[in-house]
Amino acid sequence: MDFDLLQRYGPALLRGLLVTLEIVGLSLAIGGLLAIPLALARTSAVPLLRWPALAYIFFFRGTPLLAQTFLIYYGAGQFAQELRATSVDLGLFSVGLWDIFGQAYWCAIITFSLNTAAYTAEILRGGIQGVAGGEIEAARALGMSRGLILRRVVLPGAYRIALPAYGNEIILMVKGSAIASVITIYDLMGETKLAFSRSFDFAIYLYAAVIYFLLTWTITLAWARLEDWTNPQRRPPPDK
Amino acid sequence: MEAAAEPGTIAYYLDLLRIGDQGWGDELLAGLLLTLQLALCSVALGLVFGLAGAAAKVSSAWPLRALGGAYTTTIRGIPELLTLFLIYYGLQYAIQALFGLFGGSGPVAVNGFAAGVVALSLVFGAYATEVFRGAILAVPRGQMEAARALGMARSVAVRRILVPQMWRFALPGLGNLWLVLIKDTSLVSVIAFSELMRQTDVARRVTKEPFFFFAVACLGYLAITGISTLVLGWAERRAGRGVRRA
Repeated sequence: MDFDLLQRYGPALLRGLLVTLEIVGLSLAIGGLLAIPLALARTSAVPLLRWPALAYIFFFRGTPLLAQTFLIYYGAGQFAQELRATSVDLGLFSVGLWDIFGQAYWCAIITFSLNTAAYTAEILRGGIQGVAGGEIEAARALGMSRGLILRRVVLPGAYRIALPAYGNEIILMVKGSAIASVITIYDLMGETKLAFSRSFDFAIYLYAAVIYFLLTWTITLAWARLEDWTNPQRRPPPDK
Repeated sequence: MEAAAEPGTIAYYLDLLRIGDQGWGDELLAGLLLTLQLALCSVALGLVFGLAGAAAKVSSAWPLRALGGAYTTTIRGIPELLTLFLIYYGLQYAIQALFGLFGGSGPVAVNGFAAGVVALSLVFGAYATEVFRGAILAVPRGQMEAARALGMARSVAVRRILVPQMWRFALPGLGNLWLVLIKDTSLVSVIAFSELMRQTDVARRVTKEPFFFFAVACLGYLAITGISTLVLGWAERRAGRGVRRA
């Protein structure tokens, strides 16, 4: 182990790790919120709702995340003038669109959110369709309204079914977030590339690999605990 | 030379995609072709890694099982982009060190295509290992036992009984991995290999039309993934043609 190298670049790598966590956390939160209406539209019987959702999911699942990132980051640059002239009024304050699309950081978060929303919607769809029909019929027989059935029966059931697949999606998002480094963001991957360009020490990439590995491994373990917790009926019987 | 079309019109964008010196059509198609070559070479090598990994993981020898487990857990735990850099620079250092042993010196440049194929097939192989392992376990044990009882050698039984049947179980998983692989080839553009994404990037630098060109690139990827989905559906139906459906 080269402690000198770690001492010099370790703090930078940890700073990068924080940026990675920030980007992934924000993207998952925004993407998760977008995924719920998207999944409902995708499973809707109304073609006008279903088709746009299908097209959205087909596009984001069928093209590389790198291409999507470039499309939004460089594409926004092309429309800089229009974006500078537009601002969105949020009641308390207004945000200029260029303040968002002009920054690589927000472009990455927007792209990753839109991307993960498409995958999460498909995972949720699997969950929604996996809820036993009898449960919904029973809820209807009890006189629950459609909204109440959705909130009390369908979504809670769907989340449990979708949980393992969503764990995989989180891991994929963590790994995919390394792409942010390509558009000048100093996330863990970006800091690693910078450190390598200064030190020309190959070991820096190995350190980054260890950090990413520990991160994904921790998430995997934590997720297994969460699955156990939300599915008490699946827990192994306690030892006598 | 004819008058250039007004920017922003459809004729202008069609001109941008023209084949020849004027347009970028031929450059993009060349990139698409390299993307396909990269993916096909990676899938061929990746299937070998996957089969070897699965054989190691279901083996009765624990060192092999541990090795297979270490391979899949590490590769699946780190970003594909990082794997690519590790292979790209790692190969350079390894070859340089090897040359050093024989008294050679000076920098070594690794071919982007080679580094891309090695990295992508390692990633494909790690996930394929799990797919194949599941497929092997899905073939009823009694089949292999019956083959052995009939006096087939282990290797014959594997070839005649196990492999033809596990293929059907493995196909859907492998199909998904192929789609992931197509998209992952775009990462190789960051080590300056001129596949579709790289060619698109060059075009947008020159023309200052990033949105249009990246949208075209996306359509290129959608075309490959769309056609692949159709072919995979056909292959799955074909592989399952001997199976009774309820």
